[in-house]
Amino acid sequence: MIQFTDVTKSYTEGNTALNGVSLQIEDGEFVFLVGPSGSGKSTIMKIITGELKPTSGQVHVNGYNLERMRKRDIPFMRRTLGVVFQDFRLINKMTVYDNVAYAMRVIGAREAEIKERVPYVMDLVGLTGKERRHPNEMSGGEQQRLAIARALVNNPSTIIADEPTGNLDPARSFELMTLLQEINNLGTTVLVVTHEKELVERFDKRVIAIDEGVVISDGMDGYYRYENE
Amino acid sequence: MKMNNFGYLMKEGVRSIFSHGLMSFASVCVTVACLIIVGSFSILMYNLNIMVEDLNQTNEVICYVDSVYTDAEAKSVHSRINMIDNVFQANYVSREEALKNFVADHDNDAAFQGVDPQDLRHRIVVVLEDNSRMEETVALLEEVEGVAMIDAEFELAEGFTTISNVLGVVSTGIIAILLIVSLLIISNTVKLAMYDRKNEIAIMKMVGATNGFIRFPFMVQGFFLGIIGAGLAFGAEWLLYDALVTNIHEVDALGLFNFVPFVDLLVPMVVTFSAAGLFVGIFGSISAIRKFMDV
Repeated sequence: MIQFTDVTKSYTEGNTALNGVSLQIEDGEFVFLVGPSGSGKSTIMKIITGELKPTSGQVHVNGYNLERMRKRDIPFMRRTLGVVFQDFRLINKMTVYDNVAYAMRVIGAREAEIKERVPYVMDLVGLTGKERRHPNEMSGGEQQRLAIARALVNNPSTIIADEPTGNLDPARSFELMTLLQEINNLGTTVLVVTHEKELVERFDKRVIAIDEGVVISDGMDGYYRYENE
Repeated sequence: MKMNNFGYLMKEGVRSIFSHGLMSFASVCVTVACLIIVGSFSILMYNLNIMVEDLNQTNEVICYVDSVYTDAEAKSVHSRINMIDNVFQANYVSREEALKNFVADHDNDAAFQGVDPQDLRHRIVVVLEDNSRMEETVALLEEVEGVAMIDAEFELAEGFTTISNVLGVVSTGIIAILLIVSLLIISNTVKLAMYDRKNEIAIMKMVGATNGFIRFPFMVQGFFLGIIGAGLAFGAEWLLYDALVTNIHEVDALGLFNFVPFVDLLVPMVVTFSAAGLFVGIFGSISAIRKFMDV
């Protein structure tokens, strides 16, 4: 579960990115977080992943109270999350297989477990047979599926995708969202940050809209309400 | 870091030396260049110090024995002098030998042929361990029964001590500055190499890698780059030094320069080069990636 209670984030330059944001995402939910550029979406993402600390307010992520969490516990909190970025953030010098396996090695998984689990997630995202390639030899859609495989491999309770379709054409974007929906159907919480209206409208999911650091709408018709605020 | 990761992380560390070949090459080259500069200057200063020490040893203290002492009695004075602190070497010279040496020093001039050895005194020529303590040692020598007179060049000893001290301070200062500059240059090169990998580190952090897990391959890489750099620098230093000494000996017909053979410096050089190489390799890597860890 992800819970923000009256969260404010101000930067040293004086601008406030989040202003009293409260929201709750239950386990197993599929949620879109929408809003224009500079609305505070990325700040919410960075707070969830522990890259930023809120100026005030409480944040709980999968049982971790981020306000009280020690720095050395951040990696363990991150292991409960699978993060997917717009720019994929893959390690090009590693093969496709190693990019996925790396996430398991980080948590100290044994080789036998890695050999069993990696092919499973590769199959899940449709990349079987491409294990020996390097990320820069793949298309954008394939790279994003690889990023999802890496995010999934440790069986995290939550997948967070930051503009995952930003570098993909509409057909690949739809495929990717369908894949995330399938993952959600298996019980994983999915939070997708996007500003692609058409895509959001094709999936009947909860939408949290944010603008100027404030949640302006939250519900199944969130995008509609966001546009009409 | 779990033990089942150890092999993987070691392998990753070694692999990254080759996968970032150009940066590894640059790090090793800078390490070699800096260690050769520091090493050469240190050896030069060490040799200069030895040469000054050798010159200092030529400044002898001569103790003249009471003229009424027989040869046997004078030898007992010699034995007592040998037991005094700071006496490195004491040579007994009888009055007959003294006269012979005196005549020889004056090209066997016939004018001295009639001189009676009994006109001279038995003497003990003393070489001190530490000439900076000449005054206190001479005071002890004066207390020895049978020593009638002492000839000591205090000013010369002070001069050598001053040269030795100045040389010590200057060489320590210059070596320290060179070492600091070298460490900065090497660590900067390693930092550049690591900067190349900051995105990789950010990804590692995002998938939940602990700092230890990220750091370990960098430490392995730093260890090997440091040890390779130190090894190459050591080999090059040995070759350069031997070549230089051989060339100087060829032109130094008077034997003015007496260089310490490199084999005598083997242990301190191996220890110093290895320590410096490992230090800059491992700690250079750790300090370089530290700022990328805060993600």
